[in-house]
Amino acid sequence: MSTIEVSPADTQPGQTSPSIVNDFSIQIGTVNGSGSQTANTVLMRSLFQMGIPVSGKNMFPSNIAGLPTWFTIRASKHGYIGRRKEIDFLIAMNAETAREDVMKLDGGAAVVYDEPLKLNELRSDLHFYPVPFDKLVGPVCPEAKLRKLVRNMIYDGVVAQLLSIDMQEVHKALVKQFGKRKAKAADLNWGAVQAGFDFAAKTFTKSDPCTVERMNGTAGKIIIDGNAACALGCMFAGVTVVTWYPITPSSSLVETLIGYMRRFRMDPETGKATYAIVQAEDELASIGMALGAGWAGARSMTATAGPGISLMSEFIGLGYYAEVPTVVFDVERVGPSTGLPTRTQQGDLLTTAILSHGDTRHPMLFPCSPEECFTMSMEAFDFAEKFQTPVFVMTDLDLGMNNWMSDAFPYPEAPINRGKVLTAQDLDRLGGFQRYKDIDGDGVGYRTLPGTKHQQASYFTRGSGHNEKAQYTEREDDYIHNMDRLSHKFEVMRKHVPEPMVHMNPKSKIGFIYCGTSDYAVRESCDQLKTEHAIETSYLRLKAYPFTEHMLDFIRHHDRVYVVDQNRDAQLLGLMRLELDVELLAKLRSVRYYGGLPLDARTITDEIVKQEGQ
Amino acid sequence: MSTTLPPPPKKVNRLGLEVVNYKGGKTTLCAGCGHNSISERIVECFYELGVEPFSVAKFSGIGCSSKSPAYFLGLSHGFNAVHGRMPAIATGALLANRTLLGLGVTGDGDTASIGIGQFMHLVRRNVPMIYVIENNGVYGLTKGQFSATADLGSTLKGGTPNDLPPFDCCALALKWGATFVARSFSGDKKQLQAIIKTAIAHKGLSVIDVVSPCVTFNDHEGSTKSYGYMKEHEEVLQELDFVPFFEDIAVDIPEGESMNVRMHDGSHLRIRKLSRDFDPTDRLAALAALEASEAAGEVLTGVLYLNTQKPDFLELLNLHEEPVATLPESKVRPPKTVLDQVMEELR
Repeated sequence: MSTIEVSPADTQPGQTSPSIVNDFSIQIGTVNGSGSQTANTVLMRSLFQMGIPVSGKNMFPSNIAGLPTWFTIRASKHGYIGRRKEIDFLIAMNAETAREDVMKLDGGAAVVYDEPLKLNELRSDLHFYPVPFDKLVGPVCPEAKLRKLVRNMIYDGVVAQLLSIDMQEVHKALVKQFGKRKAKAADLNWGAVQAGFDFAAKTFTKSDPCTVERMNGTAGKIIIDGNAACALGCMFAGVTVVTWYPITPSSSLVETLIGYMRRFRMDPETGKATYAIVQAEDELASIGMALGAGWAGARSMTATAGPGISLMSEFIGLGYYAEVPTVVFDVERVGPSTGLPTRTQQGDLLTTAILSHGDTRHPMLFPCSPEECFTMSMEAFDFAEKFQTPVFVMTDLDLGMNNWMSDAFPYPEAPINRGKVLTAQDLDRLGGFQRYKDIDGDGVGYRTLPGTKHQQASYFTRGSGHNEKAQYTEREDDYIHNMDRLSHKFEVMRKHVPEPMVHMNPKSKIGFIYCGTSDYAVRESCDQLKTEHAIETSYLRLKAYPFTEHMLDFIRHHDRVYVVDQNRDAQLLGLMRLELDVELLAKLRSVRYYGGLPLDARTITDEIVKQEGQ
Repeated sequence: MSTTLPPPPKKVNRLGLEVVNYKGGKTTLCAGCGHNSISERIVECFYELGVEPFSVAKFSGIGCSSKSPAYFLGLSHGFNAVHGRMPAIATGALLANRTLLGLGVTGDGDTASIGIGQFMHLVRRNVPMIYVIENNGVYGLTKGQFSATADLGSTLKGGTPNDLPPFDCCALALKWGATFVARSFSGDKKQLQAIIKTAIAHKGLSVIDVVSPCVTFNDHEGSTKSYGYMKEHEEVLQELDFVPFFEDIAVDIPEGESMNVRMHDGSHLRIRKLSRDFDPTDRLAALAALEASEAAGEVLTGVLYLNTQKPDFLELLNLHEEPVATLPESKVRPPKTVLDQVMEELR
């Protein structure tokens, strides 16, 4: 469940103040590598600890240090945690982008800025708060070389004062951020926060409307990024072989996993690892190792992004045709080619669904939240072994790398499902087996693992033509029989993939179909369309490919269905085109965004209003 | 009184298995292909040493050589991977189940051309497995193009000379971390047997480059990978004798003439020097010998390097002794208290 249910803060009846309480976006423009990430996380966490629903979006360059980066914190008493286009509160620390950032603001926004930038000369319709950061940092940070890093903490203090953020919560967030081992660094930074707070209290008369008040919208919730949530899912799925090659934005998935596995997956009896994690030489090797391990019975996985998916293409065809289970995490970024490595997109849907040459089809899961990253990662491993095929978990940079507020994850109730694997005892009982024979009518044969101590256990796995006994064949009838069984297996998967989340509004004539992180923008847009334009909408969020009957029903129930795509070529719609009847296809419209930022509600709302002719 | 004699007792190995238990399907390679001889040596060695067939996993890439795992050890699981990428499949399988004895068979195109990257990383990791390169310098399945091990000046069937120098897979393996490196010739039964048996006993990566003539596309005058060329240019380094752990070493060896290497499983490899002084535990000397033999137009065969001490890849990973693939759920899914602890840290 990804909906964030919250109780808005009470507003006093008869209050005429123009205050905007717990409903605004703060954008911080800095230079990457300047330690701003710490200051931004502390600010976001302080709001979270005050019970205010928050989200944080990091827009960063593909660079180590020195290029512009923006972090946007959205506080929303309504629980909207998608990106919001409008910025209410700008913190301008980067001389290079400050002027452009200020010019983009709507009238009435507030700007905290580095005093020498003289941004107040640019416009007269904004609230300006100049702060002499260099003057303030000197006294609190005697060591000159640390000043660049500590300097950013000052804006946390300034903003806390201006927005009425509880300084005790800022302190708590800061201590959490630095951990017990870095108490000295925490003290140093706390000095900077206080200096900012004191300066603001002494200097400014608040003129902008943004302010925060305590509420109870975050009780029991956690803050986590999607990559870490996937990592936890993998660990609790019982993953045993992890092979990977670093690539933005997927690297932190495996890096986080390494950290958790070292802590929680060492066998207490022997002190030995119950897993292997190997950084391969490239994506060709990482998927090859994952398939080798899956073939030998491991729960194996790899994590990558678009360029890696392209490289893995040949091996994925082998995994499909030889029927070897593994799980591939694709944290999508902007393509084609190198594209924009640090921006988000859902641009691999079409290519992944039919990855590799020849006729292939691959199941994909589409988590939309950290909680689903956790649960669907576990489902993916069961699914891969149940259907003996590579399974793709499709997330994106927005979900994978940004911090999200989430409900705590539920511990898995069902035991691990290892699929159809025959043991030596089974073979004794059966007297043998045929690897690719469809005994159960679900298209899935029984397999044995290498090392099984039985004379009938072995078979020969190959990417060349094979018959039911896994023997080499070039016969027309063998080939067709095998391909038809694989096709049937894919049809059976339709009944086993996670069902979509459907919200049917009886008053609506139009609906949305989408997947993954489009969720936040689409649902906020539904509210906007209703309150601003009296347009009633329904929505269906796909959780998996192959599509299910629910999707067809949903389309039948509506006059027009808008398929939301975070890519240029309407790839989700394209996938639907591959299998939908003409009459249903005729109802489909496309809404696309592909600029590389997380999708926002306003973009969708504007597009629907335009297409609906209002 | 019956006059029929009882049938002679079947010949079996120490496991009670017959040689037929180590055979595979009928070969589809050309008659006289060196690869078939290598398959026969593999059958003999695994049979004679009494290796459990189900403990072996066979791996190959794409090409004539890579077809051959279907022709031996039919009771072992096999995986015919994609072109040049067998090392990744094998590495993954051995990570999943470290108790498997990995046997990879590949060719010179599969290893030295498309697969050079994966080959080098397999070497660098010292993955414990046997890696046999059936080296004929030519692409057979696509009808006779040069591979990256073809010698400079060696000619194709139609007379076209190769204008590039070769990769020497043994030199690469020596330089970057393999712990058993040998070169042999498919026509040298005794030497190849001793080398394959040593590889079975070795704990670490065994790279065995076997010159294995392609009778259809590269066995002509002008080829440096032909039977004829090997007859004239093979320079045998040593006389090799492998004594398995379950047999006694009875014969004394004269001091200075031979060395006796104790393998991980208690077997011994007895190495008797021939014409030249060569120490197979000296990696740099082996590299120098390969350089010198190449310059002299010789094909040096025998054990080039053997290191029984260096830890292999799986040891370095601190991997569980049991196959991780089949550890029970209790070992691979942490309890609820762990999830609770992690959730608390994220609040």
